[in-house]
Amino acid sequence: MIEIRNLQKSFNGKPVLRGVDLEIQKGESQIIIGRSGCGKSVLLKHIIGLVKPDAGQIFIDGDEVTSASTRDLYRLRRKFGMLFQGAALFDSMTVEENVALGVREHRMFDEAEINRRVAEKLELVGLPNTQPLKPSELSGGMKKRVGLARALMMDPEFVLYDEPTTGLDPITSDAINDLIIECNQKLGVTSIVVTHDMTSAYKVGNRFAMLHEGQVIFTGTTEEVRNTNHPVVRQFIEGRAEGPLQID
Amino acid sequence: MKSAIGGKDLQHTLMLREQIARPISTVGRLVITLIEQSGAIFILLGKILRSSIHLWRNRHLVLDQMLLIGVYSLPLVSIIAVFTGAVSAWQAAYQFEGLVSLDYLGAGTSTAIFIELGPVLTGIILAGRVGSSIAAELGTMKVTEQIDALESLAIDPVHYLALPRFCAATIMTPVLTIFADFVALLGAFIVTNVLLGQSAHIFFDSAQSTFELRSLLGGLTKAVVFGATIALIGCYVGFQTSGGAEGVGRATIQAFVLSSAVILMNDYVLATIIF
Repeated sequence: MIEIRNLQKSFNGKPVLRGVDLEIQKGESQIIIGRSGCGKSVLLKHIIGLVKPDAGQIFIDGDEVTSASTRDLYRLRRKFGMLFQGAALFDSMTVEENVALGVREHRMFDEAEINRRVAEKLELVGLPNTQPLKPSELSGGMKKRVGLARALMMDPEFVLYDEPTTGLDPITSDAINDLIIECNQKLGVTSIVVTHDMTSAYKVGNRFAMLHEGQVIFTGTTEEVRNTNHPVVRQFIEGRAEGPLQID
Repeated sequence: MKSAIGGKDLQHTLMLREQIARPISTVGRLVITLIEQSGAIFILLGKILRSSIHLWRNRHLVLDQMLLIGVYSLPLVSIIAVFTGAVSAWQAAYQFEGLVSLDYLGAGTSTAIFIELGPVLTGIILAGRVGSSIAAELGTMKVTEQIDALESLAIDPVHYLALPRFCAATIMTPVLTIFADFVALLGAFIVTNVLLGQSAHIFFDSAQSTFELRSLLGGLTKAVVFGATIALIGCYVGFQTSGGAEGVGRATIQAFVLSSAVILMNDYVLATIIF
């Protein structure tokens, strides 16, 4: 379980998170929605300890991330996989080296087992036999799928998705959505998906939280978010320009 | 009337005070930034040294970097060294004319090459070729979230990225310096022999007569420090990069400028200690 308590963060004096409270239960597919620049990705990076908060706490299965020592933080990170917005594949490495990097560095398996697992994860994301390719030879959707294979390689308990469908065509987006659902249901991982793509959100999520002005202003199930009367959430999920949310 | 004059005086005094305070606060800010950045660079050095206990495990990364930093720099180092040697012999001959016998050209140029020109020029070349390339590579990784991706895989970027570059630059800079020393000496000999008509026997006898192992080792000590400086600053600047492609461009220039300046400062300090 992930518990976020009163999380606060400012960049150059500008507050981004102003006291975020959120609980994510094991096995859930938690969607975090909100406008661009509202701090969704920053929240995700706090969960994995890539950003230190100004105040507040995050607990992963009872272990505090925010005050963890470097060694403990790296230990906690092994429970996570993360798919970055631009996939963040290592340009100088092949697909195989990208996917295998984590397990190879941590010496989790021997080379034969690593090769078997790489093939298995690439098969899972629908990219068999792409091991020798370089990231520059892949399309945007393929890069995201390789990024997902890399995130799944260490058998994580939690997978964090930062805008997994941004910049992809609707068909590729749907394929990514199916993969997120498959990981959640088949592999039993807890998914935390940051997105503003409501089609994707409705398809993969079973819990929703909306971030607005640095705080969580709504939490609920898919049904609750669809039927909510909260004016800000309503305007956002319907994608209307008119309403309490003003265009910057 | 009196209070109006008093108000004007007060305004004038405040303006004067602001005019004096502004440059002082600018200098103060610069000093604080300098102290902060120096502190951050030393913290990175500490982290690199601490992570060196795992060096053997990632020796393949060090060897890759030794190839990139050392072997691939050979052509550039050779070209610059041969011309540096040549020009130093030509300039020395011009200065010796009428004062010192040209038979001492070998001694003069070789000493200058071993203690100063070889290490400093190699350092500056590597600051441009290697330091800025490290900053650009790590900077690109930073702005494209590849460093965050490494961390998300529970891999320490200092251990995985900075340590191999630091070790490779520290090992390869003195190796390249020895190479540059001899290529520069060859350049000096070519000029002395072809343009000034001096025999090889006189040139190398003269060079050998004043050769001291201390000069060569002193130069190599400088090269070790320069190599460490180049990698350390390149990594620091790379890890601090922000602001997309523009930020990477800025980091590349910053790494070169900062490394070159620190190399020259270190050169002075080391010269006063060693020689």
